[in-house]
Amino acid sequence: MSDIATSLNGASFEGITRVEEMRAQGMITLRGDFADPAFVSAVTGLVEADMPGQRQVSTGAERSILWMSPDELMVLCTYAEAPILEAKLRDALADQHALVANVSDARACFELVGGDLREVLAKLAPVDMSPEAFAVGDLRRTRLAQVAGAFWLSSEDKAQIVCFRSVGEYMFNLLKTAAQPGSSVGFI
Amino acid sequence: MLILECPYCGVKAEETELTAGGEAHLKRYGPGSSDDEFEGYLFTRENPMGVHFERWRHSNGCGKWFHAARSTTTLEVFGTYSAQTTEPPQEIKDKISARHPGWSWRDQS
Repeated sequence: MSDIATSLNGASFEGITRVEEMRAQGMITLRGDFADPAFVSAVTGLVEADMPGQRQVSTGAERSILWMSPDELMVLCTYAEAPILEAKLRDALADQHALVANVSDARACFELVGGDLREVLAKLAPVDMSPEAFAVGDLRRTRLAQVAGAFWLSSEDKAQIVCFRSVGEYMFNLLKTAAQPGSSVGFI
Repeated sequence: MLILECPYCGVKAEETELTAGGEAHLKRYGPGSSDDEFEGYLFTRENPMGVHFERWRHSNGCGKWFHAARSTTTLEVFGTYSAQTTEPPQEIKDKISARHPGWSWRDQS
């Protein structure tokens, strides 16, 4: 199989936290009626993860579901599996007013590992990043400096950020600047 | 800094996460309406000193439109509510009445 070209081809940076572009994350956008049991059971059954609560991430054995808005979810899976899962979801939701789209190549995905990752996010987004206000499993769609993005903590020392691919380089430069060595504020 | 709570995703969003969408509860006059009605729909806007109703969009967030009731002079926010309505809910109106007895805005009071 040919190499998958991501926005920055897996660039990384070591600062007060490690910033890394994730190679080939599979992402599927789903829209539908969360109140409809048929929609919920089709999605949770195929993705094998529970329905997430408001602004939450629900992690299953292999895949995750992110709550993006009251009628929008994002499914995380492997890059190779995304088109297959997309087709299965489209089949299962065929008789409903729902949307399924494989957006793996339309987004850029970054990972912050270890160190002061909460501080790096707090520098860029208008979000209270204290551990009481933003816990592991919480998701937030917001802006990071001048572009829209979503981020969540998959564990206390790992955060993931998703933005549009067209602003991937901007996002990487932002994260690099916010994670400059010696730039810890020590506030959070 | 204006902080509005998005009624759809529950985020207390600050102004930079939102986009202002102009006056709320406009009635659209389209084909078949009189010239005066159409002109009013296009151009006539409230510009109050005090209670005002506005549309906002949580653009850097869940992307939903919602309504906000606030005071243009004190920047006090009386509340935000769903976009799926043609007039402010009674509970918002009660909150405004408690702070500004006798207020009025277009045909609301």
